[in-house]
Amino acid sequence: MEIVVCVKRVPDTSEADVVITGKDIKKDDLAFEINEWDNYAVEEAVQIKEKLGGNITVISVGDEEAKEVIRRGLAMGGDTGIRIDHPALAGSDSMAIAKTLAAAIKDIDYDLVLTGAQAGDLGAGIVPVALAEMLGVPHATLAVGLDIEDGKAKVKRELEGGLMEVLEMDLPAVVGVQTGINEPRYVSIMGIRKASKKEIKLLDISDLGLLPKDVGEEGSLTVIEELSVPPVTKVAEILEGDPAEAASKLAEIMKEKGVL
Amino acid sequence: MAEIFVLAEHREGELREITFEMLGAAKYLGKDMGATVTAVLLGHDVDTYAEKLGSYADTVLVVDDPKLDYFNAEIYQKVLSKLISDKNPVVTLIGHTAFGMDLAPALAVELGLPLATDCIGLEVDGGKLFVTRQIYSGKVNAKVSLKGDQYMVTIRSAAFPVEEGTLSGEIVKEAVAIEDVPYRKFIGYEEAPAGEVDITQADYIIGIGRAIGDPENIPMVEELAEALGGVLACSRPVVDKNWLPKDRQVGSSGKIVKPKLYLALGISGAFQHVAGMKDSGLIVAINKDPKAPIFNVADYGIVNDLFKIVPVLKEKITELKG
Repeated sequence: MEIVVCVKRVPDTSEADVVITGKDIKKDDLAFEINEWDNYAVEEAVQIKEKLGGNITVISVGDEEAKEVIRRGLAMGGDTGIRIDHPALAGSDSMAIAKTLAAAIKDIDYDLVLTGAQAGDLGAGIVPVALAEMLGVPHATLAVGLDIEDGKAKVKRELEGGLMEVLEMDLPAVVGVQTGINEPRYVSIMGIRKASKKEIKLLDISDLGLLPKDVGEEGSLTVIEELSVPPVTKVAEILEGDPAEAASKLAEIMKEKGVL
Repeated sequence: MAEIFVLAEHREGELREITFEMLGAAKYLGKDMGATVTAVLLGHDVDTYAEKLGSYADTVLVVDDPKLDYFNAEIYQKVLSKLISDKNPVVTLIGHTAFGMDLAPALAVELGLPLATDCIGLEVDGGKLFVTRQIYSGKVNAKVSLKGDQYMVTIRSAAFPVEEGTLSGEIVKEAVAIEDVPYRKFIGYEEAPAGEVDITQADYIIGIGRAIGDPENIPMVEELAEALGGVLACSRPVVDKNWLPKDRQVGSSGKIVKPKLYLALGISGAFQHVAGMKDSGLIVAINKDPKAPIFNVADYGIVNDLFKIVPVLKEKITELKG
C-alpha cells in the first residue's frame, strides 16, 4: 500500500484569546499543533501500513515551521515527508491548497490518500473531496471506519444523529478522516528526534507545474474580505465568588427554578 | 429570470430540516438578486416530498430514478452537474451536512464554481454575493467574497430560520440519464449501538467536555449526576477518546436533548454541541475560559475549574434536596 497523508499545522484557538488583526488573527502568542483531524488520518495510515505493509508519505503545504507537523507524522510511522512552500501560496483558499496538493500527489503512485475531514482553523472541509475530484479518483469524507481489502476501501461515514453510512469504493481513493476513527498513538520527543533523520523533500510550486497566479489570492475563487468578532445574542449571568459561594448560589438558583 | 437552486436533502423517508432552512435563506437571497427559488429534489418515489417543497419554492425540479433512492455522492454529482450546466442557476445552496460535505467540493471543482462552505450569513452587495462563515473555533466571523457571477454555497444547520411555506410552486420532472456508477457503492445505514441509558429521556443532564481531562475524573461527575437524579452525557471529544460511549454524545452527530436542566462542565460550546442542547430548560455552564462560547448559550455560568466546583456543588445540592 502506497499511502499519502496530508497534514496541516494550525493554531490552537480553542481556549485562547483570539485577536483580529486585518484579515487574519494575531498568531505570535498562540500554540501551534497538527490539525486534530490530520492526527487521526496519520494514525489511520500507520495502522493500515502495519497491517498491509507499504510506504507512507506525509505531505504539507506550509512554511519552514510546517516541518514540525511533518516530522511528527514521520515519528508516528511515516516514511518520507514532502513540504510545499512558495511565497505566492499566501492567501490561498482551500481549493487552491487542494490544487497544490493534487499537483504534488499526482506524481506519486498512490493507492490511498488520507486527509483530515476538515481543519480546526478555517473549518472548510473542502480539501479531501476537492482533491479526489482533481485527481480523478473516488472519495468519501467524515470516515469513522476504514477497511482496505482486495483493492477496495470499505468506509463508514458519520452522518447526523448517530447514524452511519457504509459504502465501498475502488482504490485508489481519497478518504477524509473524522475524529474518533482510532486512538492516535503518543509521540515522544525522542521519537520526533529520531524521525528528524527521515527526509523531508522541499518542493516549490514550479516543481509542480504551477504558476504563482494559480495559487494565493489570485488563484482562489473565494477571498476573505473582513473579520469580526461574532455578535453576542445572549450572555450567561456569571455567578461570582469562590467555589463554595458560586456553587451555593447555583444550587439556590436551581432550587428556585424548580429543577431540584 | 435568474434562478437559485436549493438541493433538497432527505434520508430514510424524511425531508431534512436543513432543506427548509436553506429555502428560507434562498427566499431573501432571491429578493436581493431578483431570482426565483428552485428546490432540486433527487430521489425515487418522492412525489410527497415534491408537493411539500412546492409550498417553499417557486419551482420544484424533480429527478426521479431508482438509482437516487439513497444518497451517493458520485451519482448526485453527475445529476447535479448536468442540471447546473443546463440551467445555470446564479447560486446553488447545499447543506453543510454529512451529505453536502461529501458532494459540494467535488461538484464545485467539476463545474469550476467558487465554493464557500459552512456559511451562516448571505448578503448581496452591488450584485455580488458575500457570505459569512466562522473560523478559529467559532471565535471569528469571516466575510468572504466569491469571484465570478455563479456561486456554490453550503449552509450550516440551524443557521437560518424556517419560514412559513405559502407558495404553490410548479413541480417539474426532469429526466437525467444515469449511467452505472463505476466507483462507489452504497451498502447501508448503520445505527450506533444503543447503551443502557437513553439520554434523550432524562430530565437532568450533566454534560462533560474535553476539560474532564482523564477518564479517572468521570466518577466524580457521576456522583454529581446521581445527587441530581440525572444522567451523564458529553461532547464529541469525550467520545473520540473513548471515555464515554457514543450514545452519550450530545450534538449534531449525536443526540438532541431537551432536559429541564443541562449542566455543561468543561464544554467549550462548539456549535455542533450547542445544536444538541440549546433548547434545554435551564442551561448552566462551568468553564475556566470566560470567553468560551458556551457562556453565550447558558442562562447561568461559573468561570472556574470544574474540579473545584463539582464537589461543593454536589454537597449543596444534597443539602437543599434534603
